[in-house]
Amino acid sequence: MFDESLKSSARPKLAVWKFASCDGCQLSLLNCEEELLTVAGAVSIAYFPEATRGVVEGPYDVSLVEGSVTTPEEIERIAQIREMSRVVVTLGACATSGGIQALRNFADVAEFRSVVYAHPEYLSTLARSTPISAHISVDLELRGCPIDKGQLLEVLGALVEHRRPRIPSYSVCAECKRRGTVCVAVAHGTPCLGPVTQAGCGALCPAYERGCYGCFGPQNTPNTASLSDHLVATGMSPEMAMRVYRTFNAASEPFRRESERQERAVVASGKGNAR
Amino acid sequence: MTDGPRIIGRDQLARLVEVLTARGYAVVAPTVRAGAVVLDEVVGADDLPWGVGDVQDAGTYRLRERDDEAVFGQAAAVRAVKPVLFPADELIWRGHRSGTDFAVTDREGSPQRPVAFLGVRDCDLRALARHDEVLAGRAFADTRYQRRRAGTFLAAVTCAEPGGTCFCTSMGGGPHPENGYDLALTELLDPHRFVVEVGSDTGADVLAELDSEPAGAQDLAAVHDVVAHATESMGRSMDTEGLRDLLYASAESPVWDEVGNRCLTCMNCTMVCPTCFCTTVEDVSALGSADAERRRVWDSCFSEEFAHIHGGSLRTEVRSRYRQWITHKLAAWQDQFGSLGCVGCGRCITWCPVGIDITAEAAKLRAAAPLTVGGAR
Amino acid sequence: MTATLDRPVAPDAMAPARYRIGRTRQDTRDTFTIELEPVDGPMLRYRAGQFTMLDAFGVGEVPISISGDPTRPGPLEHTIRDVGAVTHALIAAPRGAVLGVRGPFGTSWDVADGMGGDVVLVAGGIGLAPLRPALLEIVRHRDRYNRVVLLYGARTPEDILFGDELRSWAHDHGIVVEVTVDNGQHAWRGKVGLVTNLVPRAGFDPHSTLALVCGPEVMMRSAAQALVARGVPGDRVRLSLERSMKCGVGLCGHCQLRDLFVCVDGPVLGYDRLAPLLSVREL
Repeated sequence: MFDESLKSSARPKLAVWKFASCDGCQLSLLNCEEELLTVAGAVSIAYFPEATRGVVEGPYDVSLVEGSVTTPEEIERIAQIREMSRVVVTLGACATSGGIQALRNFADVAEFRSVVYAHPEYLSTLARSTPISAHISVDLELRGCPIDKGQLLEVLGALVEHRRPRIPSYSVCAECKRRGTVCVAVAHGTPCLGPVTQAGCGALCPAYERGCYGCFGPQNTPNTASLSDHLVATGMSPEMAMRVYRTFNAASEPFRRESERQERAVVASGKGNAR
Repeated sequence: MTDGPRIIGRDQLARLVEVLTARGYAVVAPTVRAGAVVLDEVVGADDLPWGVGDVQDAGTYRLRERDDEAVFGQAAAVRAVKPVLFPADELIWRGHRSGTDFAVTDREGSPQRPVAFLGVRDCDLRALARHDEVLAGRAFADTRYQRRRAGTFLAAVTCAEPGGTCFCTSMGGGPHPENGYDLALTELLDPHRFVVEVGSDTGADVLAELDSEPAGAQDLAAVHDVVAHATESMGRSMDTEGLRDLLYASAESPVWDEVGNRCLTCMNCTMVCPTCFCTTVEDVSALGSADAERRRVWDSCFSEEFAHIHGGSLRTEVRSRYRQWITHKLAAWQDQFGSLGCVGCGRCITWCPVGIDITAEAAKLRAAAPLTVGGAR
Repeated sequence: MTATLDRPVAPDAMAPARYRIGRTRQDTRDTFTIELEPVDGPMLRYRAGQFTMLDAFGVGEVPISISGDPTRPGPLEHTIRDVGAVTHALIAAPRGAVLGVRGPFGTSWDVADGMGGDVVLVAGGIGLAPLRPALLEIVRHRDRYNRVVLLYGARTPEDILFGDELRSWAHDHGIVVEVTVDNGQHAWRGKVGLVTNLVPRAGFDPHSTLALVCGPEVMMRSAAQALVARGVPGDRVRLSLERSMKCGVGLCGHCQLRDLFVCVDGPVLGYDRLAPLLSVREL
């Protein structure tokens, strides 16, 4: 896609779209302060409400999409965006796996609605929060909560240069070891999702002696069952082992499967509230 | 070097760091970082891990306080020689584009100070010998490694307290550095001193700058005791009899399925392994820049991408990747380089987040072997 | 300790030499042959079957077999299928653009080993390109070989490479050329089916035959089995193996297969050596 679809386009027209999200990933683009002028020189920012009021009509060469799909209206809107975009890149955990708001997928939304809102009848929402790829074909997904700005610049650079972006699909551990960080799991006993989580953040949390909490979602071949078994064998409760997967990428297939496996273990043990 | 081993006092360790620094080396030695002993640059003997011990087992590492003042009283450090001489990420060349032409503008990178290692173990020395063979001993050499390696000074130490995951004696090594060093120190307590053996002219020159006296028979007997005790203290072992044939005959062993169920494909084992040398290249260019770099970056046979050709990966299954790794280490390496690719340092066992143990897997393969391999059983 | 490393520092094999694109010829819908001339130094010398690492500046580097004539002076030729960003950048580069070349690397077909006997070449798809130098070498010394048979399978008639040359090899040089396609349309009057099915009935004397096979691995394996079944000795059946390669010089480890580094010990390897390795899945 990166070599073919943009061949005729000297300065790709870029649009940034928001769905159910906190805006943090869009802000990563604005946070590229030093690089922003270069970005503006390399691509034409045609639609980016967070940054500018100017609107250039589609079609667009590249659409960056932030957020998940949570309302009926959003299903129609994402289809329109696909129609008028040559390349669609999703930004972050919400757009890629449904985000933190996909915790609703494990619960009863009607119940939430009646508890939270005074007039739930005004609210139109779907039972599940779903990633963009559940509705349209996506050309590339950038992971993270929020995304890594270096990865975003890498993708934009690849788009302009017609090359394949360097977006590794292996684990966070590779980045940890390359930068020489001492493993927090092995040396401190800190629970860490690094082994099952996709690289790209530069192994940020372990560098500050914290465990990875999986905000980049599952790596290419994640063995969540083995990691969970080890965590439980070394003292973590199954309830906690369920919860570690129920964060920003709770609805990603491997993390969902694993949290549900742990949930069954909690139920089987008759202990704890397994929601 | 007709002189025998000599004795230096505990205070001379500081002097050794000074002498090496004055000779232009960056001194890389054991030091505590984020709850572990690693080899990193030190500025003085105060940076060394005096009185620090470690406890290592499958998937776990903890520092402990020793009840003595020993400075080299730990087993293998997680980061040792490899990241220094064979960096995780290094420039191969840099180029500049002009129109449809380009020029290579840099193939050296920034110059680096030569490194003096203090406190490397026999396992590290033997791993280094493997890298010398693989990276600098064949028709095509890694010229950056070769250049960096050629200026390296090695002050090794006797490994007095092997860890729970150590098995160097199974792999042809032992606690006492046998060769490939400039100086070899054995730490003795009561009184605290070091017996120093000389392995090269440079080593002799450095030792000459320290206050030393000839080692006595008692000192040498004490060294013998330290080595004998350490040899008996290996936490693990591996039966290497017929290992190559065993691995080759086990290509379809059910053991791979079982370990494949536990393996995380996280790459930690290959990254901490002192002999693993696989790399990939990455082309790096900044948005809007006419400059581009090709970089050599550590890679691992545990990633699916590693064996990717047009049409997909040749090793989609985890079992295939674990088999690839261990078969290369323990078997194919022998065919390729005439030695085992494993030196028994135990790092892959300690630093595997779920504690997969290469010695246990090798034993399982042997137990499950379809035929008697090696003839000696 | 420096004494262990007394070898001189070898020249760096990782930096590319510059080559300028002359002609780019479109062979099929997705396959192109590019001709290169050196910018900085002399033209590299190579043997049939060897490959180079071709570099599109800033995009990346890929291993590509040389497809030109090793017996004659002329531009350096590579036949490239457009399957990714790097191959696309290589074939899309305009005349006069400069590419990077490293190599040549790897082993040769050593087709001269077949002199005095028959030679059978079995090609699948783009696999004809690495065999072309061997064919050109045979054509150059045609009288030194007995029967020469080329069995070539393509996906469709439109995917057939080097059509004019195939005819010339058959008509002018006495080479038996048999072409088959996986999918033939109504206009196609040739053979349809797997190229490996042509091996059992091809006319050659197995005991004096040198067989050279290049194509997808599954095709090479069945072709080699069919050749051995006909009585060609395993060490006289040579395959060109494709593996992931990042360095081309045995340092990166990607192409390691048991005791081999395919980039230096191969890509051309005897079937006697490969048979036990190719029979294990995902080895």
